[in-house]
Amino acid sequence: AMVHAFLIHTLRAPHAEDSGFCRVLYSCIFGTEKSPDDPRPHGAERDRLLRKEQILAVARQVESMCQLQQQASGRPPMDQPQSSDEPVPLHEAPRGAFRLAAGDPFQEPRTVVWLGVLSLGFALVLDAHENLLLAEGTLRLLARLLLDHLRLLAPGANLLLRADRIEGILTRFLPHGQLLFLNEQFVQALEKEFSAAWPR
Amino acid sequence: MFTAGAESLLRQAREVQDEELRKFCSRISALLQEEDLGPDALDSLRRLFLIVSATKYNRRLEKTCVDLLQSTLCLPVCSEPLQVLCAAILREMSPSDSLSMSCDCTQNTWQLSLVASVLLAQGNRRDEVRTVAQHILRALESRQPEGPSLRHLLPIVSKVVGLSPGILQEDHTTLLSKRLIDWLRYASIQQGLPHSSGFFSASRARQPGPITEVDGAVATDFFTVLSMGHHFTEDQWLNMQAFSMLRAWLLHGSPEGLGAPDTDDKSELEGSTLSVISATSATSRLLPPRERLREVAFEYCQRLIEQSTRRALRKGDSELQKACLVEAVLVLDVLCRQDPSFLYRTISCLKALHGRLSGDPASVRVLLPLAHFFLTHGEAAAVDSEAIYQHLFTRVPAELFHSPLLAFEFIQFCRDNLHLFGGNLSILKLTFPNLFKFLAWNSPPLTSEFVELLPALVDSGTALEMLHSLLDLPCLTAALDLQLRLWPAASERPLWDTSLRIPSCLEAFRDPQFQGLFQHLLRPKASGTIERLAPLYQLLQPMASCARVAQCAEAVPTLLHMFFSAVTQVTSGSLTNQLALLLLERSDSLYQVPQYEACVHRVLSSQFLVLCKLRPSLVVELARDLLEFLGSVSSIHSRASMVTSVVWAVGEYLSVTCDRRCTVEQINKFFEALEALLFEVTQSRPTTLPRCPPQVVTVLMTTLTKLASRSQDLIPRVSLLLSKMRTLAQSPASSCSQDEEGAEAIRTRATELLNLLKMPSVAQFVFTPSMEVCSPRYHRDVNTALPLALRMVTRLMEKEAGLLPG
Repeated sequence: AMVHAFLIHTLRAPHAEDSGFCRVLYSCIFGTEKSPDDPRPHGAERDRLLRKEQILAVARQVESMCQLQQQASGRPPMDQPQSSDEPVPLHEAPRGAFRLAAGDPFQEPRTVVWLGVLSLGFALVLDAHENLLLAEGTLRLLARLLLDHLRLLAPGANLLLRADRIEGILTRFLPHGQLLFLNEQFVQALEKEFSAAWPR
Repeated sequence: MFTAGAESLLRQAREVQDEELRKFCSRISALLQEEDLGPDALDSLRRLFLIVSATKYNRRLEKTCVDLLQSTLCLPVCSEPLQVLCAAILREMSPSDSLSMSCDCTQNTWQLSLVASVLLAQGNRRDEVRTVAQHILRALESRQPEGPSLRHLLPIVSKVVGLSPGILQEDHTTLLSKRLIDWLRYASIQQGLPHSSGFFSASRARQPGPITEVDGAVATDFFTVLSMGHHFTEDQWLNMQAFSMLRAWLLHGSPEGLGAPDTDDKSELEGSTLSVISATSATSRLLPPRERLREVAFEYCQRLIEQSTRRALRKGDSELQKACLVEAVLVLDVLCRQDPSFLYRTISCLKALHGRLSGDPASVRVLLPLAHFFLTHGEAAAVDSEAIYQHLFTRVPAELFHSPLLAFEFIQFCRDNLHLFGGNLSILKLTFPNLFKFLAWNSPPLTSEFVELLPALVDSGTALEMLHSLLDLPCLTAALDLQLRLWPAASERPLWDTSLRIPSCLEAFRDPQFQGLFQHLLRPKASGTIERLAPLYQLLQPMASCARVAQCAEAVPTLLHMFFSAVTQVTSGSLTNQLALLLLERSDSLYQVPQYEACVHRVLSSQFLVLCKLRPSLVVELARDLLEFLGSVSSIHSRASMVTSVVWAVGEYLSVTCDRRCTVEQINKFFEALEALLFEVTQSRPTTLPRCPPQVVTVLMTTLTKLASRSQDLIPRVSLLLSKMRTLAQSPASSCSQDEEGAEAIRTRATELLNLLKMPSVAQFVFTPSMEVCSPRYHRDVNTALPLALRMVTRLMEKEAGLLPG
């Protein structure tokens, strides 16, 4: 089961008065679609630009889906946790999936699975026919690990300058975009390895 | 919470100037050249990563810096965070022509994995995928060194064959298949030793026990991803990874590419449902590697299915069991497609699984790949697919419409398997009310899916019922909400909007007087009957502005368009008439969600014209109903677009050229009705109500003129009418510019029409062109193009009469 990209982005409250923009805070594309044959110079740069824009397009769609879901279910915008010790109930976090048609924005049709926690959106871009149960579980696991190991619940937390930790988690739990069938004990073992390399 | 801080950091990163960046790169180069790479280096690399990734435009980094990043990646001794960051920065820069990385400089498989991630990000401009593939395979084939090294390589193999199926050569795939067989089938069933056990530890005291199942019992058979242990051995890790990539490998690993089914010697087995060749494990060891791998994969899937019956001690493991079931079914599907001899053994196993799962609401998502399997192989295996679909389509949507991921998967299943439904497509078509429940509850993600699915569901037998259902979708959303509130709580957190208090609606839902209507709305299958749900609209009014209902309402116009474009392909004469009547009737009877009525009217009015164009004689056939409609228009403002369309259609199609049965009496009757309508909308001028839209006035005038040109006794009457209209439009009734534009339009139109009527034969030609003249090239023929004719006549009249009168 293959993942094309993983991204973390901001989730603004619906009807945010001070609009601002949806920002991609982290993204990782695992291997890429074949670049179109482009004889013009600076093809590589254009390629990179395209990829960044594709990721931003996904982030925006996820944000919009999440906002609509929150509105429809009458939840307050992005629940704030009571304290930084309380575990965030990920099983009840807003989540969903939608399809991206071919060309819009990726060459191939793809499926996006997303999860909203606090004011962050986590999303996996998958091939069109994937094991969505596994993808959903993996996304929840990644969100839990990132919340824990980056201590995102603490005030003043940020992940923009902690990319090394995010990379460390991804190389273990989603290596090269491979979804892994990890039972709880495999997860524990990997987490121990990670903590050894990244002491808190 | 994150937005403000993140916003400012991102801005700073983007605003770093080239000169600043150059200096920063020099500093990093200096840091990376030191003996000891300390926290300063790490911190600087983190900042560099942010600078590179924060912008979608390229950042030029100094060559020495980039080279040092590449070489740091390949240092024999370096902390993981540093190496991982170097790789990440290089990957974020990619694709880039300035990178010259190679797999040769890597010291171990960990570094090879990092370098591969950078190379694969280059977009295969220089055949990097093949290069990486070759290196990885070479590493896999070499003698296994100590330490957890091969673990890093399997995911790359999976990625590589996913990106370029068939890129590996036969001997490589054979070798890897053999190793996969070993890992999948013969991994150790003893737990691993903890890392901390050193050379001098009392190993006898620490003898690890056997692996266990998810419920704690000792493992009964070979190791799988559902096997537990406190520590895992290397081959157990590889077992887990091998299964994770198994399906991709089966599909894409073969050099023939795309997992093509085997050659002819297997084809005799395709037809036979009872395969005599059920390979036992003894004979299967003699099979070539690819076939042996399939056999092992089959056994692994069977084991997983057996293991899924156990009750997991931990919630995470319980969820994994379901994901494993889905994967097992998917893998079995691939196996049966590649080698039909597996079908006999698989079918019985999956039928049993289906029986076990159908009663369990928590396992419903596994039912979808199962149903797909039976759809694909059902014929060969003589499975009673109808029973399976009945359960799937009748109960699941009605009970679980509120789960967003199930809803998405279910509709995706319908979309992707349309071509396989064959004779069962009629079952699918009849369950559209249930399918609509998914849409009504989760409209934003599912609207585009339904746009694709709807044409397949449209059927002339259920078209009218479906149109009513589509128009009542927001009402369905409200009803589903009420239903959820009254069900016993399934989850801790309520699934509905708790801030919305609607006691009157709940009461109405429970009221026996309205039971029948609510039941009809919530029916699982097409009933063949039509119920007017108008009483419910009033009762459910308090819910009309809630977010979920509004979201659903926004989706309806798009779906209506799709519906009509599909139904016009299959419609017959009488169905077209019935659809037209339905449009007229429902335009007045809709659930009052804000802006819903206006949007729906736009669609209905344009689709009414489409129907008329498809079948012009419907105007004559439905003359009585149309007259009734025109006579009953009480509030023109709410139905302006509908009225405009109907009036226009009357003008266009109520003629002998469109239908021989059109009589002068009909024309006169319509004339009178339209005349009355025109008076009504122009005479009533209370200051509080908004004026009638000018389009309605102009279309009425034009249609009246058209009718007069066909029944020439009416010409004097209509001329009088037009002059009156012109006078009316001249009076400066308001200072509003919009009104002035409208008045101007009315004046101009009235004048044009009056001028035309002065030459009755020309008027007849202009307004009721014969069929030959209506042919497609009509507008291209300069001599006969209608607008030009109209303009020419007007100009002639102007020249004759001098100044325009009035």
